[in-house]
Amino acid sequence: MKSLAELQAIREKMQNRVNMRSENSNAIRVVVGMATCGIAAGARPVLNEFAAKVQEKGLTDKIVVSQTGCIGLCQYEPIVEVFEPGKEKITYIKMDAEKADEVMERHLIGGHVVEKYTMAASGLK
Amino acid sequence: MTEISLNILDVAENSTRAGASLVTILIDISSADDTLKVVIADDGCGMTPEQVAKVTDPFFTTRTTRKVGLGVPFFKMAAESSGGSFDIVSEVNVGTTVTAIFGLTNIDRMPLGDITSTMHNLIVYHPESDFYYRYTVNGESFTLDTREIREILGGVPFDVPEVSAYIREYLEENKQEIDKEEIY
Repeated sequence: MKSLAELQAIREKMQNRVNMRSENSNAIRVVVGMATCGIAAGARPVLNEFAAKVQEKGLTDKIVVSQTGCIGLCQYEPIVEVFEPGKEKITYIKMDAEKADEVMERHLIGGHVVEKYTMAASGLK
Repeated sequence: MTEISLNILDVAENSTRAGASLVTILIDISSADDTLKVVIADDGCGMTPEQVAKVTDPFFTTRTTRKVGLGVPFFKMAAESSGGSFDIVSEVNVGTTVTAIFGLTNIDRMPLGDITSTMHNLIVYHPESDFYYRYTVNGESFTLDTREIREILGGVPFDVPEVSAYIREYLEENKQEIDKEEIY
């Protein structure tokens, strides 16, 4: 069985790095709706995909993944909002893990909004 | 909802929003009793008797963004349609305990699903609450207590990649050992 002993090693390794982890106001924020509507529509794999990719690519200082409740647009869940400092908020609708991957590559890393998945592109306000 | 674990993620979310400092999640699978029992207990703000009476009504919610509240009704329906039962006990300023019992071998019981992701999500994204998790199959169990982890880590946050990965592995490996290749 995996024990808690390994944690001690992680702590020692991390301790000197922790002080550097202050809230970065220049970071891109990716917010996934995780209320009943979002979860039922498949938000968990979307959140996990973003979180896994950010860690995998070592972008935890530049991209912050978090979750929120219901924003009142349940029929368009899973919804992902991207907040980039100095830019307008982008809202992606009806997301899944594959689309999340695409948004990760093209938008969050590449800097180009993936128009076809946005709420604006679907003609909604 | 297609998995019991998604219901747990959703209902436990209510506990964290109720300002709970400790959320207890117990899963107890018993072949002898033919049950899969889920308990979600918190020490959050609790509910008034009036709210408790209405919480399983899908057309009741305290929210203002919409008129329905489906989380608890979904969970209740899932348990009851598998020949099980559902119970919610709450007291203002004391907390809330939700108990759902599923018929383990009932054909209408949804799978437990990815409970590891549910617990990982809850722990990593709710640093303001502590979690006590116990997973039991036929009397054998493992636990994860974030208060213990917090103490060992001494200030290193849970969303640090190394810690987050450790928590996921801990949940995954221990569950595998307890499950003995059985899928619930």
